[in-house]
Amino acid sequence: MKSFVFPEFQIIRDEEKCGQCRGCERQCAFGTHTYDPVADRLISDNYKCVGCQRCVIFCPKDAIEVRPTPSFYRPNASWSREKLEDLKKQAETGGVILTGSGNDKPFRIYWDHIVLNASQVTNPSIDPLREPMELRTFLGAKPDLMDISVKDGDVEIKTSLSPNLVVQTPILFSAMSYGAISYNAFRALATAACKSGTYFNTGEGGLPLEMREEFGRCAIVQVASGRFGIDAEYLNCAQAVEIKVGQGAKPGIGGHLPGEKVSAAVAKTRMIPMGTDAISPAPHHDIYSIEDLAMLISALKEATNYEKPISVKIAAVHNFAAIASGIVRAGADIIAIDGLRGGTGTAPKAIRDNVGIPIELAISSLDRRLRNEGIRNKCSIIAAGGIRCSSDVIKAIALGADAVYIGSAALIAMGCTLCQKCFSNKCNWGICTQDPRLSGRLNVDIASQRLSNLLSAWSHEISEMLGGMGINALESLRGNRDHLRGVGLYEWELDVLGIKGAGE
Amino acid sequence: MARAAASQTSIEADHAGDGLAAVEVDATGIQTKELNDRLRELMLSGVRKVNIRNVCGQRYIGTRLYTPEHIKMDIEIFGTPGNDLAAFLYGHKIIVHGNAQDGVGNTMDGGEIVVEGRAGDVLAFSMRGGEIYVRDNCGYRTALHMKEYEDKKPVLVVGGCTQDFLGEYMAGGIVVILNLLGQANKASFIGTGMHGGVIYMRGKVEPHQLGGQVEVSPIDEADRAVLDRYVSRFLERFPEICLSQKEIMQSQFYRLKPKSKRPYSNLYTY
Repeated sequence: MKSFVFPEFQIIRDEEKCGQCRGCERQCAFGTHTYDPVADRLISDNYKCVGCQRCVIFCPKDAIEVRPTPSFYRPNASWSREKLEDLKKQAETGGVILTGSGNDKPFRIYWDHIVLNASQVTNPSIDPLREPMELRTFLGAKPDLMDISVKDGDVEIKTSLSPNLVVQTPILFSAMSYGAISYNAFRALATAACKSGTYFNTGEGGLPLEMREEFGRCAIVQVASGRFGIDAEYLNCAQAVEIKVGQGAKPGIGGHLPGEKVSAAVAKTRMIPMGTDAISPAPHHDIYSIEDLAMLISALKEATNYEKPISVKIAAVHNFAAIASGIVRAGADIIAIDGLRGGTGTAPKAIRDNVGIPIELAISSLDRRLRNEGIRNKCSIIAAGGIRCSSDVIKAIALGADAVYIGSAALIAMGCTLCQKCFSNKCNWGICTQDPRLSGRLNVDIASQRLSNLLSAWSHEISEMLGGMGINALESLRGNRDHLRGVGLYEWELDVLGIKGAGE
Repeated sequence: MARAAASQTSIEADHAGDGLAAVEVDATGIQTKELNDRLRELMLSGVRKVNIRNVCGQRYIGTRLYTPEHIKMDIEIFGTPGNDLAAFLYGHKIIVHGNAQDGVGNTMDGGEIVVEGRAGDVLAFSMRGGEIYVRDNCGYRTALHMKEYEDKKPVLVVGGCTQDFLGEYMAGGIVVILNLLGQANKASFIGTGMHGGVIYMRGKVEPHQLGGQVEVSPIDEADRAVLDRYVSRFLERFPEICLSQKEIMQSQFYRLKPKSKRPYSNLYTY
């Protein structure tokens, strides 16, 4: 059937600069560029371009430009180009529109409507270059009361403590499975997490055997509805276990890792045959109630000899705070909440773009709910889904999170340009693919260096902002909404966020 | 601590003749965690065989027995163990002299479970290795998302029949449902979303009982060899069953296999 969808991007090649080196042809796994030996020139097919900019960056002559196509349908505020094209594609195929990355729709980004405080005169600010700043964070249940004894100046904690994760900076790498992302990308995240004193999350694709000894000390392993690659050794080699109930990009649905991405090594890690679709059902079929969840939490605590905190990850949806309260009471030590803008390797676009609530509102309502119920100390909150910079992190913490997960931000640090073709197995940046020709493009050392640099830069910025507020320990900012003010928000939004308007 | 726990139990000579002494544990009035503490302590102190008496609802028995050295222990349970018996089981052997509840062998990795009675719902959920034999019936959602990798194939044999949702999302492994208790298997939604593995059913399965991703065929010689092997292992474990291997194998068996290992690959567009 003739497709009525026109290309999204236009490729402009400067023929004077182009040296016919065919680098662009090699870089593009989508087959956009081809060499015509008769004319001795490169020809680009706009229809195949996904706008990932790989050829642009790697053209040695700087001869290529990729821009949104100037072609347009008659402008129509109701029928945007995306709506028209999606509809055409569905009319041509009858399929569910699939996409990758996070929600790209113009929902209000509350981070950009929240401003931070700073000290002036009366409470002097602190210079982090001269004075110690404490960003270290403990994730897990805290006791209601702490019984200590002091003997010869040594403090001894007499209360028995729950296992906690210790992070040197309140930023962890979000769950991204081996299978969804390449081995090199997965390993780069693990390497950077270990180097930077934080944790990476295996997602639900298991942890390759050869990585367990070296990287188990900075791993959070996931147990999701597909239960891929799970055995007692996997659970015990890590520092925490996360039960994945929901994901911000696709609350309420499961996932299908397409058979193309189930390579021999992915199959071995997931313990399923090569080339099979790895299907994660929508719910865990052993969890149909909070009591069932409590049972899985207990089973995991049993399986790990009560040595690891158990996290439960849910998507932020309408009544999630009440559910989260139940999750805390079910015994979770950490709750990870993933907001509307959380990323994914694959999700139906209708779900990605329409289900869930923004993380900023979610953090605030969850923190308030748990405080009001007197159980905030029983679990830590990790916020995920739409954290783009250090100020988003610090605002998340002031709204009540203990730490944040970054997923898309980490991938962008490694080269991702959010072209949203993660499901295609053709990621030109070598991140979201199992094609060895492509994944080999991602150098683990360089990628992990980029990730460590990002964490170090954000940590410095967080220290600067903290010091500016006259605070020298992140713990003093946690849930401290007095340090936040809203700009351009409605009353109800300020109420949900629990912050005052600027100037108040 | 291990010594203290062991002192509350009596060590008897093991009559099985394998040279290992079985330790007796009385579970009367003991909570789940305490019982599992004791089992772990016993295992770490060198005990390789435990009989637990008067079990009444204690959960996760066998779950906390992973060690990096992969020590194995045999457990015999007298009474009714609670939910998630042998969840994440890592190669141990468990015999239940009685019925079991929900979640037997949840995400089990290896080992063997024998239930001399019936099992509840969510039996063998996401099981990826080892063998489970249940003498009587079992509940809903049996063998969901069971999976296999190369020669690591989980096996579940049920002597009675199952309830609905048997083998949903099944991705590997072998399930044998013998329907020996004189009732027809009335389960519906069998194998919805199935994309790997095989279910052998003794007796007829009506089309309306099946999910859309399953196809039924009579067994061939290769299937018969697999069935022979597991039916005989089943009968070895339950000598009280008065049917012979020959009698069972003479019945009509059907093979349920997925139509595709990629059932949803045509659902999407980009």
